[in-house]
Amino acid sequence: MTPTLPLAPVSPGLMPDSIIALMVALLMVAPLAIAGVALINTGLGRSRSAAQALLGNLAIVAVTAIVFALVGAALAGTLPGTPGSAGHVFHLAGKPWNWVGSGPFLLGGFGAAPPQAELALLFEFLSVAFAALLPWGSGADRWRLTAGLAAAVVMAAIVFPLVAHWTWGGGWLAQLGVNFSLGAGFQDPGGAATVQVLGGLSALAVVWITGSRRGKFPKEGLSTAMPGHNAAYVLFGCLLALVGWLAWNVAGAVLWLHAPLDALPETILNTWLSASGAIVATFTVTRIRFGKPDASLCANGWLGGLVASSACAALVTPGQALFVGLVAGIFTPLLVEVLELALSIDDPSGAIAVHAAAGLWGLFASGMFAPQPGQFVAQLVGIATLLGLALPLIYLLFWLLNRIVPFRVDPDGERIGMDLHELGGGAYPEFVIHRDESYR
Amino acid sequence: MRYAGLLVMPAGFFLAIAALILFPAPAPRAAFVLSGLAVEGLGLAVAVRGHMPARGEERP
Repeated sequence: MTPTLPLAPVSPGLMPDSIIALMVALLMVAPLAIAGVALINTGLGRSRSAAQALLGNLAIVAVTAIVFALVGAALAGTLPGTPGSAGHVFHLAGKPWNWVGSGPFLLGGFGAAPPQAELALLFEFLSVAFAALLPWGSGADRWRLTAGLAAAVVMAAIVFPLVAHWTWGGGWLAQLGVNFSLGAGFQDPGGAATVQVLGGLSALAVVWITGSRRGKFPKEGLSTAMPGHNAAYVLFGCLLALVGWLAWNVAGAVLWLHAPLDALPETILNTWLSASGAIVATFTVTRIRFGKPDASLCANGWLGGLVASSACAALVTPGQALFVGLVAGIFTPLLVEVLELALSIDDPSGAIAVHAAAGLWGLFASGMFAPQPGQFVAQLVGIATLLGLALPLIYLLFWLLNRIVPFRVDPDGERIGMDLHELGGGAYPEFVIHRDESYR
Repeated sequence: MRYAGLLVMPAGFFLAIAALILFPAPAPRAAFVLSGLAVEGLGLAVAVRGHMPARGEERP
């Protein structure tokens, strides 16, 4: 049974104790999705940068938590602010446009907040960490740790809180249904927009600003293949991500759709089916294209299916979820190839194709399959906001940040590897790192 | 060119928002929102092209 969406927010005081207990358990499992993606990003980078990559993931999770607690949560407006005010509103064409939250800074009043608000805030803590670490994998092997952390600060303080408020905090996107009769407003229960697309678009901005890895696109000939250094990390990361994603999508369905308990098994099933359909499709596509299935692309396909499920697992039927996963699994490896070979975009982790494109597809599909009139247009407006407002904003902020904290490591640092250059020691000290022929 | 593309993208967003305000009927509203998305796609294509290294250019 697909849950029927409420047209108005449910009162926070109505969450029973059993749901609160379930949510706490889910929010303790959900970080496995972050762990899985961190492992995938590390495995897809080079061995000379593995320690820096994993340390970067850890540091980003820590920094985003602090910054979001200090500033971001107030702008996201998840905790109740002044009585009667859920955000800053301006009026245009006779409609209210709630554009930024007005919660208390420094998590003021957290202990006194209703349980649903506290749980929503915890969900956002996980989400902001996830969104901010996605570009880290795309900047692998040339993005300085300090710059990566500075970008995470920007994400946690400005970009994520705005989008989270619009979609989850009763902002103007969430109110499209009330104000413009567009179904139940923009729906993003599992964070496909707020986490995945936002992180994927940040990855695109980072790749554009830092440029490609040295030797990736030689003056003559095709791009140089720079395969990930550990396929076992990548594939095990996929399994970890599945566990976390199941919890993530269920938690999102409960928090943002107020899905009843009997609807949750279908959300789990849909998540699983979407990922399964995606990896089967990617396996087949790469088998046809290259003669053998490609491990890293299959991992990308699996993740693409999970990402797409974030948008729609709680909103579609199992058959539709399988279809969404199959489509994601077909286009993800093809897009990875197009981005690298045709568009000269050096994205080692594939975050742009996996997180941005698959997330957008999931949001589109959830509107396409929605029974409510107007829901499809609401999803399109959400997509238009991410592409037309969030991407230029992220690019502008990162471009300015790059002037203050240069993103790209110097050529010598890139040559010896980020581990030695930034940390003074490698992830695999007993290994002899052989000379890279691409630097001749 | 890279910045021109990124400036075109918000124009597509505002087109989508204008559709919500100007067209209460579902069909023209959806068509206008799709037009906004098309403008964004155009801007994205220009931005991507602008960030591509030119043929024969010294690459990092």
